[in-house]
Amino acid sequence: MSVTVSHVLLGLLEDTERHGYDLKQSYDRVFGVFRPVRFGQVYRTLAQLQRDGLVEIVGVEAGAGPDRKRYSITAEGVTDLERWLSEPEDPQPHLQTVLFQKVVLALQSGRPAQAFLDTQRERHLAVMRELTAARRTASPQESLLIDYQLFHIEADLRWIDHAAGRLGALAEEIQL
Amino acid sequence: MSNGTTLLTGRGLHKSFGPTPALRGVDMSVDAGEVLAVMGPSGAGKSTLLHCLAGILTPDSGDVTFDGQRIDHLPDWQRSRLRRKSFGFVFQFGQLVPELPVLENIALPLLLAGRGRRAMAAAETWLPRLGLAGLGRRLPGELSGGQGQRVAIARALIAGPRLVFADEPTGSLDSVAADEVMELLVSTAKTERTGVVVVTHEPRVAAYADRTVTVRDGFVVQPAAVP
Repeated sequence: MSVTVSHVLLGLLEDTERHGYDLKQSYDRVFGVFRPVRFGQVYRTLAQLQRDGLVEIVGVEAGAGPDRKRYSITAEGVTDLERWLSEPEDPQPHLQTVLFQKVVLALQSGRPAQAFLDTQRERHLAVMRELTAARRTASPQESLLIDYQLFHIEADLRWIDHAAGRLGALAEEIQL
Repeated sequence: MSNGTTLLTGRGLHKSFGPTPALRGVDMSVDAGEVLAVMGPSGAGKSTLLHCLAGILTPDSGDVTFDGQRIDHLPDWQRSRLRRKSFGFVFQFGQLVPELPVLENIALPLLLAGRGRRAMAAAETWLPRLGLAGLGRRLPGELSGGQGQRVAIARALIAGPRLVFADEPTGSLDSVAADEVMELLVSTAKTERTGVVVVTHEPRVAAYADRTVTVRDGFVVQPAAVP
């Protein structure tokens, strides 16, 4: 069970009780811009949360298909959600180690690392231009997400420029 | 986006300061209406390039052509007139006249061109467009950094230039104010069909441009073709 999905579902349930279908729609609308959650994962996660006492079923409505269960967050669920929200997340410094790997291997093998970094900078800048253009018509939460992405890509770019400024020294020093 | 017509071209630009070369053979061009970002590390030659393109500095060799006319070898007074008539400028710290209120700072290019009363009326129309309504009587020292840069943008655009040169226009701002300033600069320039050359070392600022060129060690970097 994804820890993030389970807590996001708890967060969505804190406001009001909801059906699994409704939760999936809300999740995708707010958080699933690039990776929607599957129905199966929503129902599996809700079953686990129920076993853990963090949500409870407060109604079942019969329909043409499977019964529609309505879920509500429990007091333990609220406590768990508050704990998760208040905990700092560990930074993830290894998001794009492939850039680092390519530079090291290029330098070590005498290939042109500078050309790779220049081409990579172009690609990063192109994506930043696309995101900046998309932000003009984005909703507030989409805009917040785009800002988050822009700052992360910018961090990569700063590393690219920093590495480009040190290539001469690195080429002499790097040994596998 | 640009309309595909080349407005400004620099070819083979060299410029040294004493024994130190700043530009070592730069070729680049700007299309009419295009927003172009010039990036590069400190000391790469970005600002020198901008100053050569804008006719503030004379290159040691190479030529600069604006609207089909060579401008690098024009006498000072003609380049000065060209800058007033066809170019606008935004600098890192605004460089507003501290003794003049906002409205007169915005109107300055038109006042210098002798359009007294109409200049002030035109400046009034720029206040709401750049989120400066009600601030016309303030002095520059009474503005935030972002407000000051918005005044500088209005001043750069009020005379209807073909091209605005912006040298690190967000360099003294936090990221939120920088976003506001860039959004206003780019959207207003597009509305006015004015091209922009923005020098920046910040990728997030360059991302507002239609295109980016990178300057390093006095050259424009040409990325290798992807195989």
